[in-house]
Amino acid sequence: MIGQVPLSYYLLLSAILFAIGAGGVLIRRNVIIVLMCVEMMMNAVNLTFIAFSRYLDSTTGQIFVFMIMAVAAVEVAVGLALLVELNRHKDSVNINDFNSLKG
Amino acid sequence: MTQLIWLTIALPVLGLLINGLFGRRIGNRTVSIIAPLMVLLAFLVGVGAFFETMGRGGEAVAVPLWTWVTIGDFNVPISLLVDPLSLTMVLVVTGVGFLIHVYATAYMVHSDDHGHDHDDRDFSRFFTFLNLFIASMLVLVLGDNYLMMYVGWELVGVSSYLLIGYWFDRPSEAQTPINLGSNTEPVKLQPLLSPAASGMKAFIVNRIGDVGFALGVFLLWSTFGTLQFNEIFPRAVEVSEAMPSVIPWIAALLFVGAIGKSAQLPLYVWLPDAMAGPTPVSALIHAATMVTAGVYMIVRSNILYSLAPGVSMAVAVIGMATAFFAATIALVQVDLKRVLAYSTVSQLGYMFAAVGVGAYTAGMFHLVTHAFFKALLFLGAGSVMHALHDVIDIRRMGGLKDKMKITWITFWIGGLALAGFPLMSGFFSKDEILAHVFEASPILWFFGILTAGMTAFYTFRAIFIAFHGKPRDHHLYEHAHESRTPITFALSVLAVLAIFGGLLGLPTFLGLPHFLNGWLEPVLYELPHAAEEHHMSFGAEMGLLATSAVVAVGGIFLAYFFYMLQPSIPQNLARSTRSLFALLAHKYWIDELYDTLFVQPGLKLAQAFADGLDKVVIDDMFVDGTARLIGRFGGILSKLQNGYTGSYALATFIGVIIMISYFFLR
Repeated sequence: MIGQVPLSYYLLLSAILFAIGAGGVLIRRNVIIVLMCVEMMMNAVNLTFIAFSRYLDSTTGQIFVFMIMAVAAVEVAVGLALLVELNRHKDSVNINDFNSLKG
Repeated sequence: MTQLIWLTIALPVLGLLINGLFGRRIGNRTVSIIAPLMVLLAFLVGVGAFFETMGRGGEAVAVPLWTWVTIGDFNVPISLLVDPLSLTMVLVVTGVGFLIHVYATAYMVHSDDHGHDHDDRDFSRFFTFLNLFIASMLVLVLGDNYLMMYVGWELVGVSSYLLIGYWFDRPSEAQTPINLGSNTEPVKLQPLLSPAASGMKAFIVNRIGDVGFALGVFLLWSTFGTLQFNEIFPRAVEVSEAMPSVIPWIAALLFVGAIGKSAQLPLYVWLPDAMAGPTPVSALIHAATMVTAGVYMIVRSNILYSLAPGVSMAVAVIGMATAFFAATIALVQVDLKRVLAYSTVSQLGYMFAAVGVGAYTAGMFHLVTHAFFKALLFLGAGSVMHALHDVIDIRRMGGLKDKMKITWITFWIGGLALAGFPLMSGFFSKDEILAHVFEASPILWFFGILTAGMTAFYTFRAIFIAFHGKPRDHHLYEHAHESRTPITFALSVLAVLAIFGGLLGLPTFLGLPHFLNGWLEPVLYELPHAAEEHHMSFGAEMGLLATSAVVAVGGIFLAYFFYMLQPSIPQNLARSTRSLFALLAHKYWIDELYDTLFVQPGLKLAQAFADGLDKVVIDDMFVDGTARLIGRFGGILSKLQNGYTGSYALATFIGVIIMISYFFLR
């Protein structure tokens, strides 16, 4: 089936997803949304891996994806825990309130 | 023993390490055993080497230890030279040094008014420094090249500084004015410098001379390409023929160093103030050994001075001028140690006069006898000070001969030797110098004999005032007592040496053996076409000898007449020649002159540099300026750290885009 959908479609979708994620990271103020945008960028990368894995008929890309998903799970666990603590500390989810290291 | 000569340096170093590192833990009694013991052992090694060298007939032996510096063809081995000259110095330094160490073990214990003894507060520090001095002096005299000599030269300067300022927290002391009778205004005296200031003065004045010495060493290196004695001296004649002006320059520059170290005109001013140090220091460093380093240096470099007759003559003239000048000041000093200090300056002047006219052996001979009798006199003065609770003003003494028999007798012996009383050690050495000076220049001899008369006079003036007559301060007199055994032991041994030291160099024209002549001969280089040595006639020699004897006895008798028979004369004389007396009492105002000419302008210049250059340029511009610059730059850069995560992310994205476009578009 995948044979009918050209590789460029996947790559385009992936690029769109990545751009949406990056834009979210840049402009959104809500720290949870920013975190979700980072996840979205990561999944855009995953999609590219899978597409190429299929296109080149190689499993290497899929193994990478498994690794990335495992790491992403860990990262989300740590990231959310940090967010909870930040929220307790500052009583806010606005990313611009977390600026105590500014020069 | 010759190969083990390094032990003479290593042993005092060991002593100073033990006493310096563990002095407080091992207790003062142990310290006062270790320090003299190390010097005694060094002395015994020196004696062993002496007999071996005698057996070899005075041949020099180099004892290489290791190579210190090798830069290109500049090569300085650490190597010791064992020859008659260095051994003479080693024996004097360690021998007299040992006696003075023994003396100091009692001297550094002060007794209070209730008769209780207290060790000096920093007992072990004192002996550490004293051992340091011995080791430094031995480096100076044993080194077989000019660089080691220079290192020793500086090390003894440091030890001298440390020991003069040993009682660094004692203040400057006022001196009681000299009373000239009831209806005349007394002559006011300048206050004495504090020990700390005296130490600094000694160090700085010495430094001025050391600059000359260092330049001399540089010139030696650039001329000969080596600093080794045994490579320079054999080539000196050949170099002198190729470049006639360079040897006199070397000799003159080295002599500038000697002027500073050996307290000659015009750099003698530090030595009288160095008396602020403890008396053993005055005896060891500022009379017997360190100040004679300049004489040793010239005798060591004798070929260079023989090749520079003009410089040699200048040495002789400066020496004799110093001898005369210092003796006149000593005539009116009221401080016993200062009388002796000016006398030391004066006697050093004699030694320089001797080496200046080419009588190197006579200079060394006087150096040795002077070490004996002047150390004796200083230690005697210290014994008196000790008995009188640090009073050193002879106007408060008097009649002490009944209270301190041994000190009195030994001081007399030292005084007779210094005055040149017939058959005492000083008589032979001074006469030998005067005879050689007479051959070179009768005018210099005239000043020499005048100085000899003054020497006899001022020495016995001090003795008669301090030890004879009626007590002037009854409280002090009642408390006076003979000093303890270590002190009287050192005094007695030195007294014997002061009497019999003359046996080292009996007059040759009487057919008597002159030990030093033969002993030092291997060290002295002969010029290839030296004039045939002409001897004065027997009658002339005899006449000079008799003149010396008469002048010495006359000086002593004059002092006896002035201060014992007719005590009113000195005061009347001083009153009638008041301006001259005041000039002498104020030491020709030389200290004030130097203060106005050099010290104050120097301080002002330093202040100007401190305020102008240091505070504004170095501190403000360079140090603070750099810090401010970096601070401001950091302030600008820190604006980038605005705390908004989005802007950091934006920066990252822009960076990535730039990198990617670079890779794709290049």
